[in-house]
Amino acid sequence: MNEFAILFTMLDQTTKTLDKIDALVEYFAKASDRDKLWAIAILSHRRPRRTVSASLLGTWASQLAGLPPWLFEESYHVVGDLAETITLVLPLSTEESDETLTYWIEFIRALEPLDVEEKKKLIVGAWMRLKPTERFVFNKLITGSFRVGVSQQLMVKALAKHAHVKENIVAHRLMGNWSPIDDDYHDLIHSEEIRDTSRPYPFYLAYALDDSVETLGNPEEWQAEWKWDGIRGQVIVREGNLFVWSRGEELVTDKYPEYRVFLDLLDNGTVLDGEILPFRNNQPLPFSLLQTRIGRKTLSQKILSEAPVVFVAYDVLEYNGIDIREWKLVDRRNTLQQIYERQSSTALRISPVVAFNSWQELREKRSRSRDFFSEGIMLKRKDSIYRDGRRRGDWWKWKIDPFTVDAVMIYAMSGHGRRANLYTDYTFAVWKENQLVPFTKAYSGLTDEEIREVDRWIRQNTIEKFGPVRSVKPELVFEIAFEGIAKSTRHKSGIALRFPRINRWRKDKPIREANTLDDLTSLL
Amino acid sequence: MDLLEFTGNGIYCPLADVYLDPWKPVPKALVSHGHSDHASWGHGSYLCTTSAAPVIKHRLNLSGNIQAIDYGKPVIINGVQFSFHPAGHIPGSAQIRVAHHGEVWVFSGDYKIESDGISEAFEPLKCHTFITESTFGLPVYKWKPQCEVFDDINQWWRRNQSAGKVSIIAGYALGKSQRILKNVDHSIGKIFVHGAIDSLTQILRAQQLELPPTIYVTNEMKKKDFEGALVVCPPSAIGSPWLRKFDPYSLGIASGWMGLRGARRRRGADRGFVLSDHADWTDLNRAVEDTGAQRVFVTHGYSDVFARWLSEKGIEARVVKTRFEGELAEIAESGLDESKTEAA
Repeated sequence: MNEFAILFTMLDQTTKTLDKIDALVEYFAKASDRDKLWAIAILSHRRPRRTVSASLLGTWASQLAGLPPWLFEESYHVVGDLAETITLVLPLSTEESDETLTYWIEFIRALEPLDVEEKKKLIVGAWMRLKPTERFVFNKLITGSFRVGVSQQLMVKALAKHAHVKENIVAHRLMGNWSPIDDDYHDLIHSEEIRDTSRPYPFYLAYALDDSVETLGNPEEWQAEWKWDGIRGQVIVREGNLFVWSRGEELVTDKYPEYRVFLDLLDNGTVLDGEILPFRNNQPLPFSLLQTRIGRKTLSQKILSEAPVVFVAYDVLEYNGIDIREWKLVDRRNTLQQIYERQSSTALRISPVVAFNSWQELREKRSRSRDFFSEGIMLKRKDSIYRDGRRRGDWWKWKIDPFTVDAVMIYAMSGHGRRANLYTDYTFAVWKENQLVPFTKAYSGLTDEEIREVDRWIRQNTIEKFGPVRSVKPELVFEIAFEGIAKSTRHKSGIALRFPRINRWRKDKPIREANTLDDLTSLL
Repeated sequence: MDLLEFTGNGIYCPLADVYLDPWKPVPKALVSHGHSDHASWGHGSYLCTTSAAPVIKHRLNLSGNIQAIDYGKPVIINGVQFSFHPAGHIPGSAQIRVAHHGEVWVFSGDYKIESDGISEAFEPLKCHTFITESTFGLPVYKWKPQCEVFDDINQWWRRNQSAGKVSIIAGYALGKSQRILKNVDHSIGKIFVHGAIDSLTQILRAQQLELPPTIYVTNEMKKKDFEGALVVCPPSAIGSPWLRKFDPYSLGIASGWMGLRGARRRRGADRGFVLSDHADWTDLNRAVEDTGAQRVFVTHGYSDVFARWLSEKGIEARVVKTRFEGELAEIAESGLDESKTEAA
């Protein structure tokens, strides 16, 4: 664990990619295969199951530190991270541990069947044997969410360097259903055969186009499609099985029974990339409808009829069992077209190509994106291969400008992690007659400087405190940008926004000039 | 009538008609130390310790209206006895003891118990009423011994040196910077200082504070002059173009706030060294206990939390609002910004 704690410290101490890769390579060189696999799993968010609840950990830590619960709670609000709070309040450890990362993970897994008292005894024992950083890592392993700024791509780079295997191959091998419990490091990284028929390909992700579209050069070299507001997905049919993966590398086959027919429609050895999109009567539905079914364990008939989905395919990655990602986009597109035309299901659609002769023409079409229930235009270079991860150059998303509304801040809550101890999460309201009605929360979008200024203002203008939340004097006006708006019965305002964020601080606007709820509902 | 009162101008002794660390102009001020939120402008007369006086004179541009007194020496004003005692915060810093007819109050100013190698060692004082700061009054703030922190700093400096990087460390100009100079292993390489630190360091050197040789960074200096060196600068230099001339460099920040990962990451420094001139949670509790006070007033910091904690332990504790800084998270953000608060 000490080695992993050192790795964690090194990763946490630098923001530079090269330093992070070096730290990982150095760790891989020292760690056993089993530890390596766990390190990869943890850093790619494959954690062991939680075996102890966060509140129990907090209770035990405050007992051990001799603190009343309220004081532990106050500390947690300031630190913004439970694992770190526990680490800091506990007395220094009395013993040392030279056990490995794998040992501690097995230790945590083995807690599952035990009763609360046994768990407490073991965890307290562990705390008193671990040095601060190790203790923090241990707590993180239990509570989850290891954010150390290691992207999948960065880890792939480091692992490729360590294992002397090409990056795109490592990226592919790390996809899908593997676990450090059932798999072996060597088999996973070095084996040529794919034992896992469900294994997806790494998604190619587009960057936002910030420069003018003319910088892309000759329009004839580019294919344009609508950008859909659904969930990115990969449909795999292999050896008589259907697998559906979402971009978060989550296997979601069971969540979309509409896709079962693909088993009959697609040949074995077919992998399609596309969008899981709520869709009815020949048109996409708002994303909020899809959200209503994402979290459900069981899908009722009602949900299925209210939020039906289709798969809008825009690429084919495997055909006849062959990986065709190295083919040019035009060739893959022709193949996709053939696959599409061979079947007649309403659940499988193809994302149409948007024809254009000049950038100006495309610009005009883009401005009408909302008429097509789309968020803008995707641009893909016609002779490009299908790459892995987010890379510049061949795919661009060219989104339409968001909606905006001027709103008044009425509540503030302190943030977590990097924003702990600062008021960064705000609730905004618009006018309904003479009342301010809260309608959305938003936090990102301000500069660090502005965050500090707003934080100071909040502390000086608090009306009431409720735990971590403060109500503040209605005075500050912000422009909120959002991508979409839908009716909602769960919100008092009756509406829900998609991707709300702060666009800018309207210091020039008095609260009377903020927008009204009617302004918002007129967008529905 | 209480011996000390909390007024809009500062802490006031009505019997003696003097103020302790007032923030608004008053006729007579007793000043605990030279940080700008404690030693402010415009008072009729100033009284502070002999070792705090040169810095206060320099910062406030005072000539005739400042009097200095040695630690422990009583001065009687209208029958009230005042004396200054080491607070261990920065060189010259004091707790102010106020006694009258057997009743004793102590105003702590800012303090720390651990010896830092440059400040006069903190002196525990018995009193009936104690006025304590609470900058780090939460159980998540617990400092490592300073020798361990300096081991980390030395190791970081050596590593940067072998990687061809200049080491830049940011700390408050008065107190923290000299503490770094005093305790860092100066056999590793040359040490440069920012102008804001240089002038204060000269004043303290003139008071027999022994510090390793330092070089004042000037515009004419070239990149290669800084090879393998340590540069000490105030936090306000972070993010300024002044840093460019040292590129490639590694930036470290020395502050108590660096104890939290969120604050560390937010500042965008390469390294955060947890080094504070304020008492941590353990020492705040120890200091309160050692006074034997039955009544405690808690000033700047996590005052609500610390006062409640003391109350639950059976001590009569109350929060008092002062201007010794803004609110606590404001320090968390600006504690590194010398224009807004004292050294954190």
